[in-house]
Amino acid sequence: MAEKEKLTIAVLSGDLERALAAFMLAVTGASMGMQVSMFFTFWGLNIVKKNEGGVKSKGLMRKMLNMINRGGSERLKLSRFNMFGLGTWMMKRLMKDTNMPSVSEYITMARDMGVEIIACTTTCGVMGLPAKQDAFRSEITSMAGAAYFLNSARKSEVTLFI
Amino acid sequence: MRADQSLDCMDLYCPMPIVKTAEKIKQLKTGEILEVVGDDEGIKQDMPAWCDATGHEYLGIEDEGGEIKVYVKKTHD
Repeated sequence: MAEKEKLTIAVLSGDLERALAAFMLAVTGASMGMQVSMFFTFWGLNIVKKNEGGVKSKGLMRKMLNMINRGGSERLKLSRFNMFGLGTWMMKRLMKDTNMPSVSEYITMARDMGVEIIACTTTCGVMGLPAKQDAFRSEITSMAGAAYFLNSARKSEVTLFI
Repeated sequence: MRADQSLDCMDLYCPMPIVKTAEKIKQLKTGEILEVVGDDEGIKQDMPAWCDATGHEYLGIEDEGGEIKVYVKKTHD
């Protein structure tokens, strides 16, 4: 085949079901021979934030935000029917029963399939995160800004905003 | 239908059968036929779509009630 088609996905939401939808489309796109870029911003940064914690940020407000908004792919919640965690727990259970990969597994799978995973530097600041790659999972390929996303979207056949 | 290789996708839901098909097809030689066995109804529409996107040839489907077999011919590397 000639030049690969491109799929660019901006992930603004940190809701569990949106994260799953984003990764389902990303790995499917990669399976369809597309070159896929995922750009995580605002709440979406929580999806790719380290699960283990230990992320240090500067300044009192950022420190507070970072503490309250722990993030990490294993702490994502459903946007509706969370019911203090019960709804999310039930959905995760059903996902397991139907052999659906978890968000963590999807991140690793996407990276293995060559999906580019980018964390937005600007929004790190307002989300209480240090704009450094070590705040995130090792699968992150780079840190970038709006111009990088738009340039990728400009060259893409498909661009999604989730 | 005769197939050169078979891929078990039972109990797997979208998009895993497609992801696994894309992975598996690499092991086939051009011209060989892959049989994908699954039980997710979605594959009936997804596999022709995947073939349309990748250029591999969609040969057809055999629905044996509970077991869906789809056939794909590898047309290029």
